[in-house]
Amino acid sequence: MPRPALARLGAVAAIPVSALALAACVPNTQADGDTIAVSSTADACDVAATEAPSGTIVFDVTNDGDDVTEFYLLAPDGLRIISEVENIGPGITRQLVVQVGPGDYLTACKPGMVGDGIQAAFTVTDSGEDVISGDKAEQLTAAGDSYLLYVRDQIQTLEQKTAAFLEAYVAGDDDTARELYADARVHWERIEPVAESFGDLDPMMDAREADLAEGEEWTGWHRIEKNLWPPAEGYDLTDAERQELADKLAADTAELAARVNADDFTIDAFQVGNGAKELLDEVAAGKITGEEEIWSHTDLWDFQANVDGAAVAFGVLRDVTAETDPDLVEELDSRFAELNELLAQYGSIEEGFVLYTDLTEDQIVELARAVDALAEPLSRLTAAAVI
Amino acid sequence: MSEQHPATGAEDTSAPVGASPDAAVEPVDAAPRRGMSRRAVLGTVGAAAGVAAVGAGGFAAGRATADPLQRHAYDFFGTHQSGIVTPQQDRLHFAAFDLTTDSRARVISLLRKWTEAAATLMTGSELGSGAAGGAYAAPPDDTGEALGLPASGLTITFGFGPGLFDDRFGLADRRPAQLIDLPKFSGDTLDERYVGGDLCIQACADDPQVAVHAIRNLSRIAFGDAAIRWTQLGFGRTSSTTRAQDTPRNFMGFKDGTANLRAEDVDLVDEHVWASADDGEEWMAGGSYLVARRIRILAENWDRTSLQQQESDVGRTKGSGAPLSGGSEFTEPDFTVTGRDGEPLIRPDSHVALAHPSANGGARMLRRGYNFTDGADDLGRLDAGLFFLAYVRDPATQFVPIQNALSSHDVMTIEYLRTTGSALFAIPPGVPAGATLGSDGGAFVGEALFA
Repeated sequence: MPRPALARLGAVAAIPVSALALAACVPNTQADGDTIAVSSTADACDVAATEAPSGTIVFDVTNDGDDVTEFYLLAPDGLRIISEVENIGPGITRQLVVQVGPGDYLTACKPGMVGDGIQAAFTVTDSGEDVISGDKAEQLTAAGDSYLLYVRDQIQTLEQKTAAFLEAYVAGDDDTARELYADARVHWERIEPVAESFGDLDPMMDAREADLAEGEEWTGWHRIEKNLWPPAEGYDLTDAERQELADKLAADTAELAARVNADDFTIDAFQVGNGAKELLDEVAAGKITGEEEIWSHTDLWDFQANVDGAAVAFGVLRDVTAETDPDLVEELDSRFAELNELLAQYGSIEEGFVLYTDLTEDQIVELARAVDALAEPLSRLTAAAVI
Repeated sequence: MSEQHPATGAEDTSAPVGASPDAAVEPVDAAPRRGMSRRAVLGTVGAAAGVAAVGAGGFAAGRATADPLQRHAYDFFGTHQSGIVTPQQDRLHFAAFDLTTDSRARVISLLRKWTEAAATLMTGSELGSGAAGGAYAAPPDDTGEALGLPASGLTITFGFGPGLFDDRFGLADRRPAQLIDLPKFSGDTLDERYVGGDLCIQACADDPQVAVHAIRNLSRIAFGDAAIRWTQLGFGRTSSTTRAQDTPRNFMGFKDGTANLRAEDVDLVDEHVWASADDGEEWMAGGSYLVARRIRILAENWDRTSLQQQESDVGRTKGSGAPLSGGSEFTEPDFTVTGRDGEPLIRPDSHVALAHPSANGGARMLRRGYNFTDGADDLGRLDAGLFFLAYVRDPATQFVPIQNALSSHDVMTIEYLRTTGSALFAIPPGVPAGATLGSDGGAFVGEALFA
């Protein structure tokens, strides 16, 4: 399923530093004691407490002014940002959850998002509780960078395999094209949320027939799929039509590669975690129902590829999550293993899978349950990793 | 069926009969002559004491208590049909029918019978000789499950689908231009079991059993002339049609229909809901068009989405329903307010931004949808969602462009919603106050179409 322009990664990517976006997330571990209410107005920043014990501290920041506001927890120099929550509209309350060790800090509201803000001293006393050390931001940045390398690698392979697939398709060697189809798509499916974040490319490359509005032109993988696995007589395309579809898909794939290889293309930890969740959404919404590859029935390749991509996303966040929520890591490890074992009963990407239409209803239900068993804890990964 | 009986009540159908919302309305004059009030059957209700009838003998389906809303009875008669600007009730049973007869006379006869029965049912009375009062050797006229229940704010609204205007009934040249064939929207995954219909009945009530009783008995009356094509139960309203009502929540957990048209917006309702003779078909003057869409929500996937993403997709906060640009629920969204990154606080591809009248040439609708669940699918996932009902004056301008925008650009719609059913109906005007009903030439809903 395509995601529209800027819907997901684009919107989040517009936030410059991952830590900024993260602050709004709900933590997996609740703060000890009460939350600290903060009221931000045009000329005041009322913080209900000036002191809190070290550990997880939760501020409930209400914008009681008329301008968009922000709230910061700053180091005593007033410059280094420990954490912040931004883009709080008038009348709206947002939560800032942050792990803080003992020491002196500053709170600051920034109504109108300009200037140094309205600052006040804030003391964190020693509760004796372990507080996660300060290299977290670096770990998260490294996770995003590492995932980006994976994405670039997959897209490079996608380009190569797509070229071979299209060569056979244009040459009229349908048997070869059918053999190469699912294997090439694996590299799209592994990084699907990233590909889908380019809302202009995704519908041209991966739209299913059901995704089209009346009168829309249909191009891309699934248009070719229907040509190679025609549901009935009369779906033949001319050589020229095939060439046109092939040229378009090749050009769009090249454009995708250019965009993810651009110097200013980055992925942050927040996007990695959400991407893992979205990959399981893809399985649940399209693959497990056989809707994705409705003509070729090669859904299990896509299924495995989505799970692979989610596993890689989890992998790059694994260490940082282990510090905040080791139980979640353990659960995800076992759920990934269960699902992969189940999938292995039906084949592998290297050796090929059985077709979706060869699965019994009971087998599909079993797969669906394993997907749900993984997807539910996976949906907690982002919050656990980034807090 | 009873013979003709006089109609009473000149109130607009949007207003409940009776002065006070707490008044247990006993529309004695409107009761069919031979029909019985369900409450009369079971004994007097302590209306002033706020106590509803308790079924005698313990077998009747009477509720031990009924809140004031459930004792409302709305007037069947009026310029417009009831069930449109009527304060939206909590429960729905909707049915689409195929006409199984080719006879225009039979269609007219069916509509006469339906009209008369609807007027009776809305008063809280039994049909015909009742559920337990008829000939002992014959099946009862009324199926009986609403015995002991008050009127429960029941409204019954009839509609005509495109099939009524095919070549069977000589009505092809009377089809309103507004009764279009809806286009395919991006992502539509229609299940033919929930598509179309020659006729429809929307039964809304504050007691689900009363709504179901209405559809059951009306479909019984139709056997031989029309048969149920599909039905939909709704268990909770997702819109408000008056200002007095709180904004309810949809199955995604968000307040829905905050910006809905309300009965009090008389001028806007005239402009956006009621058809006029100037629109092309005189028989539709005072009527409307009903868009019905069965929208499944991929609840499991939505529930795994972070609160931040949910609010960002919708454009409102989940708690209060305030737009992300600030304020409270009824503050107008301000799409120009930007945050730290220079991006609008309400994303341009959020649901609110795309559905807002300002993005759609000022187009408005009167939404009257319901949450539904039809159990689970084969994979153990809730088959649940929103049964979208919207009344508009011109679907081509007030629904199609908005739905196209949502289907193609709204992340929430694309990722988490699947439209599985779709239909469009012309809703004829109401039966005027003072009209005489009955099988022998009585007035009926849509009469002007057959004139």
